[in-house]
Amino acid sequence: MRRIIAILLLIILAVGISLSLAKIPFGTPKTKVGKYYIEEGIEETGATNIVTSVVVNYRGFDTLGEVTVLFIAAIGLGAVLSTVRKKTAREIEPASLVLSTGCRVLFPLILTFGTYIFIHGHLTPGGGFQGGAIIASGFLLIYLGCRERRISRTASNLVESLGGLTFVIIGLLGLVFSGYFLLNFLPKGTANALFSAGVIPVIYIAIGFKVGSELASIIDNLIEES
Amino acid sequence: MIFVFFLILLMLIAAMAASVFRDLISAVIAAALVSLIASILFYFLQAPDVAMAEAAIGAALTAAIFIIAIRRTERYEE
Amino acid sequence: MSFLDSYIYYIGAFGLILVGLYIILVKRNLIKVIVGLGILDTGVNLFLISVGYITKGTAPIFSRPGIDPEQMVDPIPQALVLTAIVIGVAVLALALSLAIRLYQHYGTLNLRKIREQKW
Repeated sequence: MRRIIAILLLIILAVGISLSLAKIPFGTPKTKVGKYYIEEGIEETGATNIVTSVVVNYRGFDTLGEVTVLFIAAIGLGAVLSTVRKKTAREIEPASLVLSTGCRVLFPLILTFGTYIFIHGHLTPGGGFQGGAIIASGFLLIYLGCRERRISRTASNLVESLGGLTFVIIGLLGLVFSGYFLLNFLPKGTANALFSAGVIPVIYIAIGFKVGSELASIIDNLIEES
Repeated sequence: MIFVFFLILLMLIAAMAASVFRDLISAVIAAALVSLIASILFYFLQAPDVAMAEAAIGAALTAAIFIIAIRRTERYEE
Repeated sequence: MSFLDSYIYYIGAFGLILVGLYIILVKRNLIKVIVGLGILDTGVNLFLISVGYITKGTAPIFSRPGIDPEQMVDPIPQALVLTAIVIGVAVLALALSLAIRLYQHYGTLNLRKIREQKW
């Protein structure tokens, strides 16, 4: 009975939306703001990756809101899971030598790759969120492969808090220097160089560290059994 | 163009399979396949940043936290 | 078929949204409902990026100094979808922690039985 009502509802929804989707043409330019960001982007911000300049410079306040949402989700998960009664720890047999050696060799390589991606965020495709997710995958490999090594809780909490604090302090420094929150106040330099685009690489490095340690601590909270 | 058509067909079949499977770990792996094919389609739509983010977050980390949560509860549906 | 050629991305994204809604409405196990939420999220992101595509355009990055800025795709939907993907994974993690807590309190994850028990 419930299944039939659900299918009827979905058919009505499908007919309604497909009638209105036929009016949206595929592949034609639709807004003019995008054209403005592409043409004036390099002179105003100095970053050659236009998506990075939109995320950090033109809409930087939305990125601050997203970092806050991620922080609240990590805190909420830690608070709910601290009241769950933990089962008695089962006998875990340690992993074989090949597996644990392989994990230990791969871990610094993955960390280096993730750091490379978020440092060059303003020149090539990439940025803070992608690099942070790759770093969290490296930590997941350590938690699954060699179980004896644990990352200390206080170190990851410290890195995460410092990352978030750096972002807010850079915004407040923009307010102090010129009266606008999150203004780009460092010199812009020449395009396509590593030290260019003002304050954008600094913000992305802070976001990269924060997102990486936050996702790793989410996985640590879920795994912990004793 | 035929290639894109077959990829989208495979993505829809994987999504329908994720709703039919009774073993929850198979359903999670079908959802990770949907995320992987969406990441390839993002690349064909000329969006490399979004493709990198979806491949790292949607296909790897989401499947990992689902499997850890299933391990702490039951594995088979009802 | 030129009709299929131009609208195939919309049909794919919209099909994912419909499958996600079906799983949320009909299925009874809580973890399967959360899987459906994830599929719905992926479908909406795919739809947003396919709206911003321009035919024969290229990615919005000035990697060489000679690229024509007239032929780039729209960069704004890509910035918004980047935010939406990260928020989606945060919501899934919080929902899974609530599911683990429910399982410890009621002993089952079947939504019918949880509604019947009521403390």
